[in-house]
Amino acid sequence: MHEMSIAINVVDIITKQAQAENAKKINEVDLEIGVLAGVMVESLQFCFEAACKDTMAEDAKMTIIDVPGKGKCLDCNKTFSIDTYLAPCPNCQSFSVDIIQGREMKIRSINID
Amino acid sequence: MCDTCGCGQPETSVTIRKPGDTEEHSHKHAHADHQHHHDQQHSRKIAIEEDVLSKNNLLAERNRGYFEGKGIFTLNLVSSPGSGKTTLLEKTINDLHDDFNFCVIEGDQQTMRDAEKIQSTGVPVVQINTGTGCHLDANMIHRAVKKLSPQNNSILLIENVGNLVCPAMFDLGEHHKIVIISITEGDDKPHKYPTMFSVADVCIINKTDLLPYVDFDINKCKEYALQVNHHLSFFELSAKTGSGMDQWYDWLKDKVSHQMAL
Repeated sequence: MHEMSIAINVVDIITKQAQAENAKKINEVDLEIGVLAGVMVESLQFCFEAACKDTMAEDAKMTIIDVPGKGKCLDCNKTFSIDTYLAPCPNCQSFSVDIIQGREMKIRSINID
Repeated sequence: MCDTCGCGQPETSVTIRKPGDTEEHSHKHAHADHQHHHDQQHSRKIAIEEDVLSKNNLLAERNRGYFEGKGIFTLNLVSSPGSGKTTLLEKTINDLHDDFNFCVIEGDQQTMRDAEKIQSTGVPVVQINTGTGCHLDANMIHRAVKKLSPQNNSILLIENVGNLVCPAMFDLGEHHKIVIISITEGDDKPHKYPTMFSVADVCIINKTDLLPYVDFDINKCKEYALQVNHHLSFFELSAKTGSGMDQWYDWLKDKVSHQMAL
């Protein structure tokens, strides 16, 4: 259940930022989550709601923006889209693939009052 | 909720103890309340652009700097519960205690059992009990290391909470993550839990002494793991019988001497 830790980290970061802006309430938060980040989005939404309780982010809406996965084949140098860790290169079928995008977990922005 | 350790539970639920210590409640810190002046009246959007785990990652880098400064080679051992992590540590320490100074951080939800086992090998050990937490994080390691006071030029072995999912996310400041799979678990584990295999540098296949009794295809397991992460190196061994341990020790010695040379 690492989603709870992630949710608490999100609430921590956004409340600190909102306080620095003299906000009284956080209405929305936009989160970028890579498809290979290993985060269950439904679980994160659920945990976020719980983690927001009694903070200025209570009832804030979380929007998750998927970051697509991208792999680079070390054999033929092609770059291509992937959505699992088990993706061979579509060009040469090699599994010598380095993941160059899709593991991100970033807070993009918040909407505050 | 504790926003210092980010552990997802009340701050008092993580305990860090040496065997024989009385129960110590974890760090106490005041949480700032959220009362402040409100000058702004209108909704507005603020760009943040911050990694969700930035706090953990920053602390992990701090740990890494400490380890490098003191010449401490650190391994983070991750696996499902029951793969034989503790037995592997005991065997390694008993066989190599003349070559290296070891110290150990044990992670479990409950009990001092693993720390007590390690203590019987004679090396310094600290047990982290995460309560209901499913993984160790960089702050727990930071606190445990303070209690452990590792010697310069030593090897720190961190046994993570038995869990093949969550510990993958949390950098502790280690030099290498080592994923352990025992042959009783099934050879398709790397496909079922790819995230953990994707972040590890080394895969140890343990309990090979049981190979005659179970349907486990080592080559298939390695093939699956390499499909997830083609950088992985493998060791096939039985921590119980000692078979295959020499290759693992050679790797360890090589890495430590490389680390010392830096």
